[in-house]
Amino acid sequence: MNMRAKAKPEAEAVTAEMTGADVLIHSLKKENVEVLFGYPGGAVLPIYDALYRSPIKHILSKHEQGSIHAAEGYARVSGKPGVVIATSGPGATNLVTGITDAMMDSLPLVIFTGQVASTVIGTDAFQEADIMGITAPITKHNYQVRDVQDLPRIIKEAFHIATTGRPGPVLVDIPKDVANKTISPDYDSTIHLPGYQPTFSPNILQIKKLADAVGAAKKPVILAGAGVLHANAGKELVAFSEKHRIPVINTLLGLGSYPGNHPLFLGMGGMHGTYTANMALYECDLLISIGARFDDRLTGNLDHFAIHATVAHIDVDPAEIGKNVPTQIPIVSDAREALKKLLEIESPLPDTEEWRKKLTQNSEDFPLWKKVSTTEFLPQRVVELVHEYTKGDAIITTDVGQHQMWAAQYYAFADANRWVTSGGLGTMGFGFPSAIGAQLAFPEQTVVSLTGDGGFQMTLQELSTLQELNLPVKVVIMNNQTLGMVRQWQEAFYEERYSQSLIPVQPDFVKLGEAYGIKSFKVTNEEEAKAVFEEAFSHREPVLIDCRVSGKENVYPMIAPGKGLHQMIGVKP
Amino acid sequence: MKRIVTATVINQSGVLNRITGLMTKRQFNIESITVGHTEKEGVSKMTFVVNVDDNAKIEQLIKQLNKQVDVLKVTDITDQAIVVRELALIKVISNAQIRSEISGIIEPFRASIIDVSRESITVQVTGNSDKIEAILDLLRPYGIKEMVRTGITAFPRGSQKSVTDLKQYSILN
Repeated sequence: MNMRAKAKPEAEAVTAEMTGADVLIHSLKKENVEVLFGYPGGAVLPIYDALYRSPIKHILSKHEQGSIHAAEGYARVSGKPGVVIATSGPGATNLVTGITDAMMDSLPLVIFTGQVASTVIGTDAFQEADIMGITAPITKHNYQVRDVQDLPRIIKEAFHIATTGRPGPVLVDIPKDVANKTISPDYDSTIHLPGYQPTFSPNILQIKKLADAVGAAKKPVILAGAGVLHANAGKELVAFSEKHRIPVINTLLGLGSYPGNHPLFLGMGGMHGTYTANMALYECDLLISIGARFDDRLTGNLDHFAIHATVAHIDVDPAEIGKNVPTQIPIVSDAREALKKLLEIESPLPDTEEWRKKLTQNSEDFPLWKKVSTTEFLPQRVVELVHEYTKGDAIITTDVGQHQMWAAQYYAFADANRWVTSGGLGTMGFGFPSAIGAQLAFPEQTVVSLTGDGGFQMTLQELSTLQELNLPVKVVIMNNQTLGMVRQWQEAFYEERYSQSLIPVQPDFVKLGEAYGIKSFKVTNEEEAKAVFEEAFSHREPVLIDCRVSGKENVYPMIAPGKGLHQMIGVKP
Repeated sequence: MKRIVTATVINQSGVLNRITGLMTKRQFNIESITVGHTEKEGVSKMTFVVNVDDNAKIEQLIKQLNKQVDVLKVTDITDQAIVVRELALIKVISNAQIRSEISGIIEPFRASIIDVSRESITVQVTGNSDKIEAILDLLRPYGIKEMVRTGITAFPRGSQKSVTDLKQYSILN
């Protein structure tokens, strides 16, 4: 028996009569979808059969979680919607973490799940799960297609909702019989969403109010989040901050929206942000938040957050304004539109010289610091070396935890859309698959999956996807044989009771990588690392590097839980 | 404080689930909820009574509800001139002797007796929540066997003359 897939025939012309599955594939083409991330199964057999006749590229992961994180990575760096297909029941439930992650970090995804046939929905049929109920709170919107005639319209609406306003995941659940049904599709049906009218342009009176506040401010600061990246507003942000000489702080997810080497840049704010950034947030008299949502990891204790400041909040999502922090100047708008209007408006320039002098002094007195050691291989050095060997221009993906914070602190992102991390949900296992997705979006870019030994082992099955695609993703495992951030908190707050956080027994990552046909190295000190990085980053092929770093390092500085921005610990060695 | 919030929604399957789920997720206590068709085909109206601590919280609820794709309009009508109605069915223990006594009690409430058995009568009453509380107080001494309330449904009066403190939840003003 010949088990090899038959060569794909030419793309089928649109015929009058098509199955629902064909309609889906044809609609995807109309949405300019170039790549699908998915995994087949019983309820999506009709869709995969239609896909067989289509030239759209499909990336087969090894677990649906790998598919959706890859789609998130793709969406994060490209700005285009990531498209995912999974089967009913377990296929769909395996997506849940990724959908929530995309919801929290506002990533545009369109997810198609198979569903059991309409006739048996609600009977606990084989591989049935109520994915509509399960995903209602974690999607921007979801649909179950009851009538195949609605499919073209629903797909149009799904892409529209996912990519406009505040981006987010939209799920379309397709029962198997709907996918099989033959119809003459009507692609001309228009989007009709009377309840979904996102605001795009700001209210000009509010812009004037903000411009006046800027003119009067003595200690203004801008907090730039991922909304700046989604709106592609980097240039306008630089222009605005330079025109008014206002220092800029990034949120974790906003890194790259402002050049990391700009003299007005104060670094990242929040729990492991810089002293300068956090003290600026604490002491400022005008806080202009743009596309950021005042996450608790950024604000620390709200009783101490920007207490002396007039707060202006520019956000495309009105519900974020005033949610956590009382706001005096609310502006519902796309970040770019608002910044453009702010640049157009005539307004007095604030005198910020004294303020900036003070902040510069803070930066000099309390810079990010790390141990210097000739004997230990310090994890922060791995980030610095990756920065050096990628000339600071790589796409970096991470999971959550210590390695994520060190990457955020030490990579100094100079450009937008180079930083792919799980911020809101804090998902271990996110980084490696998202690197595959990011690499598919930008095949020529250097993509580095900076990961920990814990997070990597949650989705390492995707090594096989990497092997198949032969993408030049560099997997750099910052291996400290612990769940570093858990260990750090146990050290600081649980009297060093390292409950289930030390993992001395682990696979031989080099052999593991080699088992998947991927060039793999183990490095135990800086010299070895330099030699291996030199080699790894000069070839366009996948590489895995197991960096055996010190297991005792902690991320500093830090705001302990419940404390305010001005109560940072570990600001000095 | 109690707030009355109405939401007009597109009558899609799952919309009620999304809305109640949202309220659970954001930790809002729903005191009552009613849903039904409106004059427009395919459009339903929900009326919630929610208990919230402050205005910021109710503003957040309204914004979150407004974000739902199937939600057309959300309004906090508590401070407007509104008509509010709730229906209650009350089964009161009663034999033939006291039937007329009860009948006399409920008469000023314009309630009616809609079912009679040997041991009980069922009273139907409509009105705002205070009125229903009042009739319940009066009937309780006779022994209430069973009671159900629909929760309130409401909308603004045709004329808003008596408006005192109109809450505006626009963030543009």
